[in-house]
Amino acid sequence: MIVNQFLVLAALLFSVGIYGVLVRRNAVAVLLSIELMLTAVNINLVAFGSLLQDALRGGHVFALFVITVAAAEVGIGLAIVILIFRNRSSANVDELDLMKW
Amino acid sequence: MSFGEWISQSANVVFLVISLVMLAAAVWVVVARNVVHAALWLALALAGSAALFLQLGAEFVAWTVVLVYIGAVVVLFLFGLMITRAPLLRDPVPLSHRRRWPAALVALAVFATITVSTTSFFGWGEDTLIGEGVTPTGALGDLLFNRFVIPFEAVSFVLLAALIGGIVLARKDPKE
Repeated sequence: MIVNQFLVLAALLFSVGIYGVLVRRNAVAVLLSIELMLTAVNINLVAFGSLLQDALRGGHVFALFVITVAAAEVGIGLAIVILIFRNRSSANVDELDLMKW
Repeated sequence: MSFGEWISQSANVVFLVISLVMLAAAVWVVVARNVVHAALWLALALAGSAALFLQLGAEFVAWTVVLVYIGAVVVLFLFGLMITRAPLLRDPVPLSHRRRWPAALVALAVFATITVSTTSFFGWGEDTLIGEGVTPTGALGDLLFNRFVIPFEAVSFVLLAALIGGIVLARKDPKE
């Protein structure tokens, strides 16, 4: 296994996630696409960690931190989406333009 | 390293199968109109990433992905969709709207940029071979609680704040 195969796979997953973030209008679907992008980043981190095999295991440790932050992001994001839906009975991100100018 | 040499190693065949499953699942996450189906496809994509981590010898990260992502995050998505009465299940807008092609162009440009820059930096030589070594979970725990204890505590504080914030946001306002 060489490191480039993991980099190409992660780039593919990341761009699929970007496409989803840009094209989906349902806020929950946008959050799911963001999870895909975070997974792509994790694959890169773990691949680098296993390539370097350094004493600090930086790649693996930072992948764990990314997982934790992703869990926090999903909790808050889903709470916000549910709250927005309760107040405006829509989760379409195109209709949420209150903070746009 | 030529493609023939590359594919002749069994680990790379396993990698190819896992990555194709992951890519198909990722595409279905993005195109599925039913959000519950999209969440289930995301679980498959995350399971693929856990399998890749096992291949890379990162056992603790792999099982953390299974526990936290598949066990908690995807279940949180499904609970959030199903417990609330929000009819979020269907995307109101079909995917074939006018932003489809610009979005595809942006995604393609991002893919091209990342791939060209990273693969040309690392090259395809023998020095980028990933060793077989397995990261022992004990060593990882030792590092987390010694060298990385401050970031670890910071991230646990972030998680606690997110937990409290989620409860505060999602509960009903008592004044109503």
